[in-house]
Formats: sequence, C-alpha cells, structure tokens
Amino acid sequence: MPKPRAHRSPAALPSPASSAALVDIGFIPVRAKLIEVAAYLARVERLGAAGDVRCAALRAAARVLVDGKPARARRILERLSDPTTRPDTVSTGKAALGAWQKSARGKK
Amino acid sequence: MRYIEPHGHMVSRTTDDYQAMVTAGCQAVCEPAFWAGFDRSSADGFRDYFRQLTEHEPARAAKFLLPHFSWLCINPKEAEDLALAADVLAMIPEFLAKPNVLGIGEIGLNRNTRNELKVLEQHVDLAVKHDQLILVHTPHLEDKLKGTRLIVDLLRAPARVKPGRVIIDHVEEHTVQLVLDRGFWAGITLYPDSKSSPPRAVDMLETSGHDRIWLNSACDWGVSDPLAVPKTAFEMRRRGHSAEFVDQVLFQNPVRFLSQCPKFRLGV
Repeated sequence: MPKPRAHRSPAALPSPASSAALVDIGFIPVRAKLIEVAAYLARVERLGAAGDVRCAALRAAARVLVDGKPARARRILERLSDPTTRPDTVSTGKAALGAWQKSARGKK
Repeated sequence: MRYIEPHGHMVSRTTDDYQAMVTAGCQAVCEPAFWAGFDRSSADGFRDYFRQLTEHEPARAAKFLLPHFSWLCINPKEAEDLALAADVLAMIPEFLAKPNVLGIGEIGLNRNTRNELKVLEQHVDLAVKHDQLILVHTPHLEDKLKGTRLIVDLLRAPARVKPGRVIIDHVEEHTVQLVLDRGFWAGITLYPDSKSSPPRAVDMLETSGHDRIWLNSACDWGVSDPLAVPKTAFEMRRRGHSAEFVDQVLFQNPVRFLSQCPKFRLGV
C-alpha cells in the first residue's frame, strides 16, 4: 500500500505530566488488569479450555508485553487481526471473535 | 467544560442520559444510523427509523436544550441483503433535506464481505452525488485492520471523495495513522470493553496527532458509557494537558469537521 506523506498530522504532543505522576496515575488500575489476565488464563486452563483459539491468541500476544519494544498496543492489535487482504465471499455471522483464526475464515 | 458528542445512538438511551450529558457540558449530539440489535424485516422499518432520527429524537433532545443531528444509511450489519439495501438507499434522498441531517453514515464494513463492500460503494456514490459529509464505521476486533484498509482503498479511488469531508471512526492504535496519513479525519470511540479506553485515547492524541481527531462514546443499547467523552477530559487534565487543549479536541475539532455541513449550528 502506498504511503503518501501529504496531510501528515501535527507533531506528537507528549504529556506535560512528570514521569512519576504518569506512573502514579496508571499503576493500580493496570496492576489489577494484569492480575485479571493471569487469573483468566489460569481459569480457562483449569477448565480445559486453554486450547481455544482466543486463549491461545492471548498467550501469544502477552509475549509482546515484555519484549522491550515500543508500540505494544499497536503490535498486540496487529497480532490479533485478520492478516488477509481480500473481501470475504460470504459473512460468517454478525459478530467478530476477537482473535483471528484461519480455519474459521478459510474462504479467503 | 464544553464538548460535542459526535457519535451517540440516543434512541437507545434514557432521558437520564440526556440530563447527565448536558450537565457535563455537552453542547450537541450527533446520531448516526445504526443496527437495532436485530435485522429489520423491510425498508419500511428504516423509514420509521429515519423519521425517528429526523423528527422524534431531535424533539426529545430539545427538551434538554441539546441540539440533535443525524446521519442516514443502512448500517453495514444489515448490508448483506443487497435487495433490502437497494430499497433503503433509494429512500435516503427523501430525508437528506431534513434540517438535522448532516450526511451519510455510519456506513462502512462489519465482516469485510463483498456485499458489504458493494453497499459501502453505493453509499459513497450517494454521498458524493448529494454533496454530503461521510461518517465511516470500521469493523470490530480482528476485522478492524483489514476492514480499515479496504475502506481507505475504496475511498481513495481517484477523485471519489475529498478526504477532509470524511471521518473514519473507531480507530485504534493499529489504524489511526493509516487514516490520518491519508488526509481523513479519525474518530476514537471510548468503550468500556472494546475499542479504546480514555487512557489509550490520550496516548493516541499524544503520539499520532490531535488536529483531525474527535472522541466519541458511541453510546448505544450495548455496553457503553454516554459520559465517556467528559471522563476522557479528566484523563487529559490529570496528565497535565491544558484546558485549552481539552477544548480543542473535545469541542473545536468536531465543530470544525461538522461545520462543513451548513446545517450544523449550535444553540437551541
């Protein structure tokens, strides 16, 4: 896909808050969410559902959290996305699953 | 604080929500045509819905001193039925002259099918023919990246639309730059469980730009929060952003885009 440079957005605008303040603002809520992720993965494993494609996708995406590279949210979203490029012939239903699997959308 | 709710499905909300939004500083609400949660059985169902969006809901909002605007289309969730879509598309021009109609939307894709793409193209042609603004819905979850690429490619067909008159909504970290770099406006939707949270939205403003972006709650009949936009203002302020910056993103930006339609006016 071509990448035209026109219409580029203005320069990024970093948060004026101090780095310590940013950690304070986000730490407790994010700590809670991380524990939720851990508990969820343990729960589905305990119940024998760890092989579900969505659970497998979560485990794979979680590796991005600690790889030390930037843009983690973008890269996790990309990992969970349909990588194909052609429109589907028919719909498989109104609702998306949240994680792409080749077998469910094999008509591409 | 003042803000615009540029994307709210108010027919699904209560009068308590209207009161809370106005109390929080909402100056106007814009309502794109949406899926009802079930498929309508005929074009007549859409005629009733369009009357609701252009007659009943503006009157309900006016009781709370809130200007109400709408966008019309057959939502991509119902676009698999090409015959139904053709009937609805033929009906839309009847409603375009209504005083609160801003344009065509929220059109787009749901599961990225060929039929959805055909109906999207027909909507875009209709908007161009009638010189309407366009509001685009991008797909959910794993379908969003592919769907956004398909939508952008369709819209960028030579001389099809002016990008500055199109807002592509529900962007996330993996699609926001794709939209902005091609000259379109981008909408960030604030949802409790999907799309973006207030902290992630502010991250995108800080890293991807803030000149052609609006924030919306897309509140509807599902899990959603009609006060998500003012709550994001709080997130912006506690990160140290100025009141002027908040006003630019939450009020001035949507006013700038929506004012391209001369029917968009504030104040009842």
